[in-house]
Amino acid sequence: MHRYILKRLLLMVPTLLGAAALVFMLLRLIPGDICEMRMAGTGGYFDQSAIDQCRVEMGIDKPKLVQFGNFLWGIAHFDFGTSMWTGQPVTTEIALRFQLSLQVAIMATIVAIVIAIPLGTISAVKQNTWIDYVVRGISIAGIAMPGFWLGILIILGLLITTQHLLGSPWMPPIQYRPIWEDPVYNLSMLIWPAVATGYRYSAVATRMTRSALLEVLREDYVRTARAKGLWEQLIIKRHALKNAMLPVITVIGIEFAFLMGGLVVTEQVFNLNGLGKLFVESVINNDYNMTQSLVMLVVMVFVMVNFLVDLCYAWVDPRIRYG
Amino acid sequence: MNTIRLKAICALLAGIAVSVGAPGATAAEKPEMGGTLKYVVPAEPPSYDGHRETTFAMIHPIRPFYSLLIRVNPNNPSSTDDFVCDVCRGSVPEPTDGGKTYTFKIRNDVKFHSGETLTAQDVVATFNKIISPPEGIVSARKAYYSMVESVSAPDNSTVVFKLKYPSGAFIPALAVPFNFIYQKSKLDKDMHWYEKNIDGIGAFRFTQREAGAVIRGERNPDYFVKGKPYLDGFEAIFAKKESLRVQAIRGDRAAIEFRGFPPKSRDDLVQALGKDVEVEESDWNCGLMITPNHARKPFDDVKARRALTLAVDRWGGSKYLSKIAIVRTVGGIVFPHHKLAATKEELEQIAGYWPDIDKSRAEAKKLLNEAGVDLSKTYSFNNRAVDQPYKIVGTWLIDQWRKVGLKFEQHVLPTGPFYDMLRKKKEFDVSIDFNCQSVVNPLLDVSKYLSDTRASNQYGGYQDPEVDALFDKMNRSADPAEQRKFMREMEKLTLDTHANQFMTLWWYRIIPHRSYVEGWKISPSHYLNQALDNVWLHKSM
Repeated sequence: MHRYILKRLLLMVPTLLGAAALVFMLLRLIPGDICEMRMAGTGGYFDQSAIDQCRVEMGIDKPKLVQFGNFLWGIAHFDFGTSMWTGQPVTTEIALRFQLSLQVAIMATIVAIVIAIPLGTISAVKQNTWIDYVVRGISIAGIAMPGFWLGILIILGLLITTQHLLGSPWMPPIQYRPIWEDPVYNLSMLIWPAVATGYRYSAVATRMTRSALLEVLREDYVRTARAKGLWEQLIIKRHALKNAMLPVITVIGIEFAFLMGGLVVTEQVFNLNGLGKLFVESVINNDYNMTQSLVMLVVMVFVMVNFLVDLCYAWVDPRIRYG
Repeated sequence: MNTIRLKAICALLAGIAVSVGAPGATAAEKPEMGGTLKYVVPAEPPSYDGHRETTFAMIHPIRPFYSLLIRVNPNNPSSTDDFVCDVCRGSVPEPTDGGKTYTFKIRNDVKFHSGETLTAQDVVATFNKIISPPEGIVSARKAYYSMVESVSAPDNSTVVFKLKYPSGAFIPALAVPFNFIYQKSKLDKDMHWYEKNIDGIGAFRFTQREAGAVIRGERNPDYFVKGKPYLDGFEAIFAKKESLRVQAIRGDRAAIEFRGFPPKSRDDLVQALGKDVEVEESDWNCGLMITPNHARKPFDDVKARRALTLAVDRWGGSKYLSKIAIVRTVGGIVFPHHKLAATKEELEQIAGYWPDIDKSRAEAKKLLNEAGVDLSKTYSFNNRAVDQPYKIVGTWLIDQWRKVGLKFEQHVLPTGPFYDMLRKKKEFDVSIDFNCQSVVNPLLDVSKYLSDTRASNQYGGYQDPEVDALFDKMNRSADPAEQRKFMREMEKLTLDTHANQFMTLWWYRIIPHRSYVEGWKISPSHYLNQALDNVWLHKSM
């Protein structure tokens, strides 16, 4: 087991290096640079020397190889530099948003698990009944419906309903306050994006739970358990569901990692100052330092989550542990 | 369906009626003290240094912390030539020495937020940084002040600007809202200090910035205008998505957005909120332009370029586009309400502005034929991936050109690649471009039409010494009548005779805001009148 963990940890190094090289090259392929954006992008008058000076300040006048070397050297020292847009340290900018993104990801995951596991289980147990059809309908709708679109509907629904019922329209807050400062305010802001993304997330997990459970329910050991007269609920909870959870854990893990940086549009719909919004803005602004750091952060989250999922596998399935 | 439409129209009319009536009704009311103004800003400022930045995203949240030497009159911001003293005393001085010397007397009761008293030395240090920045310091608009010979302070309360030649562009250029007054001692220690720090003399003191989320300011109790500001503070909330900004006003999470909304958003807000929303509207000192690539066939030929402008029905388009996009007014190269702008009669003499569109298009077809333009070919049209108003106007333009037989394919690019295409790649036949300025200062604003060796923001890739010469003569003339004459000649050459670049329609600024916001008046630019010292909240509403 220890050897397995060490091997997985060592494999992270080339993965991270490859990701660093890829993001560096891809970013430089996007036409334009941050100085043109800052000076020319507003349509007003600007001095060409201002653009040239800006390029010197940002270090983008240097050869690409030197820039890449500096980037790698920074990563090796855990120094990600400063945002080319705001001039603030990248780590500070990310840390500010990380808390919010993490909270939304956790809340959405809870929403997804609370919906997906029971619905997927019922759907599998009641296969091809009207209950199964309803659950499948709900989950297909969840996959088909983009989270941001659901978000827009939620905001509009709240505005219209509250205006109708209370006389004045209400919408979720658009400024963040941490949960320990003002829990009611915090939840009244974050519950809606958590529901919007959690629903889509749950749809994937529901379908995965259903199909995995159906497969397990057809196994010989389940048939044996039934034959010896075990209570059906016990068979499902103790013997079937636990074994069916492996692919579900994978899906939940991957989706969780995705939520940490991938809520790009949903964060904009609800004005959440999270990592997804920062990601979009840094790409739009050609802020190389910030985008590179964010990509590396997401890569690290994915690698770590994959690592933890593999460890979970070993915990859930003894065959992996002893293999 | 008709009933719903009727209700919507009634609500819209009611809203407009309220907004039109409101200023008169509230003008007599005594401003109330207190409250926090919350407003949404579509983007985040890159740095805090006004001298180096060009975006409104730095003006909206940062301008309230600073004061200027002179500014556009906050009580009459729609005027294009009404400037008042901010930290100077009395009224804006008249020039002496044949129009070459301006002497400003500086107030002696002005304190920086850090406690130090403002002196003329601070003003001089500020303008030296703007006009002649030291090596390594970015000053985006230093070319605005090419007429300035020197800035000096003979004593602690006097600032003297000496010009190389009399210039009508000088006073408007001084009022540019990015010209924040900084403290000399801080600049002496570190010229970059103001990029990451704020220490102004404005109506509000900086309290907090949450990166990507909000900038907060509180009332400056030592503000040099006694009794102001009225607000306790403000919160500038960053919200990129337009639909969210509209809903934020509807849900009262924000009271106003100072950039501008499209007509549909205005109508939606008026319909939803009725008397709780007021609308202010104005022509906007931003124009959308057509830029042909002079280096590529067939638009290297003036006949083909003239055909492009002749095909466009500006007068007709204005009626319909103004219902769906933030454009409205037909105009030439000068902001339509300025005294240097062409009258309707003058405009109608220019190709592309003729009142008879059938005659224009017949002429366009004739010119295309004479130029030997291949009408079976599809040409590339470069546009910016922004809905308002770029994509809407771009789509309309393609239809206009189709009517004379020209086929275009629209390539819509995000802002970075769009500018890269304009400035480096230049692989387009025709492109959208825009000219967006703060203070209406046509003598400088039209510099975009100069040869590309002189104007780094001219993307047609042409040289026009005649236009350059007219621009220089106009800028060195102190006589408004003569300036107007040169401007007409420059306009005729640019839009018609040489057909270098063309204006489509001027933008139209629409600001719907919560009715309890009082004291703010719309201006022709989203950069102007953002000090917030006159704004107050009608709490009883």
